[in-house]
Amino acid sequence: MRDDALLQVDAIDVFYGDFQALFDVSLTVKPGQVVAVIGANGAGKSTLLRTIAGLMHPRAGDIQFVGAGIGRAPAYDVVKSGIALVPEGRRLFQSLSVEENLKIGGQSGRPGPWSLDRIYQLFPVLSERRHLPATALSGGQQQMAAIGRALMSNPKLLLCDEISLGLAPIIVRDIYAQLPAIVGDGMSLIIVEQDIAQALKAASQVYCLQEGRIALQGAAHELTRDAISAAYFGV
Amino acid sequence: MTEWLNVILQGVLIGGLYAMFAAGLSLIFGVMRLVNIAHGDLIVLAAYVALTVTEAMGIGPLTSLILVVPAMALIGYALQRLLLNRTLGDDLLPPLLVTFGLSIIIQNGLLELFTADSQKLKAGAVEIMTYHLAPGIWIGLLPLIQFIVAVAVIAGLQVLFYRTALGRAFRATSDDQSVAQLMGLDTRHVFAMAMALSLAVIAIAGVFLAVRSNFDPSIGPARLIFGFEAVIIGGLGSMWGTLAGGIILGVSQAIGAQIDPGWQLLAGHIVFLAILAVRPQGLFPKVSG
Repeated sequence: MRDDALLQVDAIDVFYGDFQALFDVSLTVKPGQVVAVIGANGAGKSTLLRTIAGLMHPRAGDIQFVGAGIGRAPAYDVVKSGIALVPEGRRLFQSLSVEENLKIGGQSGRPGPWSLDRIYQLFPVLSERRHLPATALSGGQQQMAAIGRALMSNPKLLLCDEISLGLAPIIVRDIYAQLPAIVGDGMSLIIVEQDIAQALKAASQVYCLQEGRIALQGAAHELTRDAISAAYFGV
Repeated sequence: MTEWLNVILQGVLIGGLYAMFAAGLSLIFGVMRLVNIAHGDLIVLAAYVALTVTEAMGIGPLTSLILVVPAMALIGYALQRLLLNRTLGDDLLPPLLVTFGLSIIIQNGLLELFTADSQKLKAGAVEIMTYHLAPGIWIGLLPLIQFIVAVAVIAGLQVLFYRTALGRAFRATSDDQSVAQLMGLDTRHVFAMAMALSLAVIAIAGVFLAVRSNFDPSIGPARLIFGFEAVIIGGLGSMWGTLAGGIILGVSQAIGAQIDPGWQLLAGHIVFLAILAVRPQGLFPKVSG
């Protein structure tokens, strides 16, 4: 199973100073697979994604990506190896126009199917607003721009941190409706979600984090609601 | 009347030099929130580098820019990579203290190497050529070249900032360092490029300063003040505002000096304080977004 893994997170411990945020967390993503990471606030979901993306580094354990150890690599190298993060809260560059935000996503220069034109095909509204400052977009449009910016680096693995946060349900549905078009190229995806129903629908494999530990993992269709709420709330 | 027109014209021309002092300062603060206390001393350092180059190679000061600009840019890149990057963080104080120390080191280093004697770069005939525009109004060739170069530098920085990938990287890194890294940008390199650019501008400013007037190792801090004042009058984050700030400072000083030679610097400081009191964000602050 490990041989065909795209990403292998291997028993990592991650700290913020003295505070330990992740304990012995392992996770596997295969090529083309959509993996959901769920859990309550503060369970360590964002920390896990930030660590995979190279913004934080594990104190113990390692991360393998296409066979190479990336646990110590800085974020600007990790993105060049093919991992892109859509950060929580979107975090578009406010001084840059919509199009500049997308272009800077392509700055790492990885070749692949994604280009400005293709992003504009996926999210036509961004094309109409390409010259506006990123701050002029609505929340949903900003989320599209943040996803587009990450796709511009032509990742093999896309990490999406709470893309439904603060958005109206209908917009969340629209964005999730685009997921098959994104994953269609064989890209793998890790989505972090508080919206469990949405996560279970989109993913084939689910990990549930609780207070920094993996409390439950399994195929999305095999997990029962009871097992999930037990792992989620720790009761 | 023409006398005053002439005074204002000379003030505008010197304002270009002040704008060049200010542009590098504003750039560095804009990209990495670093207040470079050694900025003025680096201007003087550039003047001494130009002095050494002109004497060793027997070329004119303006020609020496071909060597002085890349040399200062290299110094800037190394300075940022080896020293200043280590001081950056959430706290504004460490870079202030370190650049303050750097200022003292540069001043005393120059004093050891070149003594306290005042020096001047000699540009030859270009220094004394003047055009007679109208009765009572003369314009010197050198101040004119200096002003045109200043406008070109500001325009160049504006284009670089808003039309190139490097400028995009500067703005993105300024907005959000950690997300900039997610885009594949090594922020240490981006900061070093910004410092290299700042010192390239400093090199041009330093050479024009040294052709215009005498210099010695101690004059840096006063240039830093002029730079600060021009940045704040113009408004942070706007290159054209910085040019306007430099011109306003230059004109204020020229008018002050015309009233009473002792008032030259005072007039500049008073106008600066007045603008700071009335419009603390400066005259042309960067529009949000």
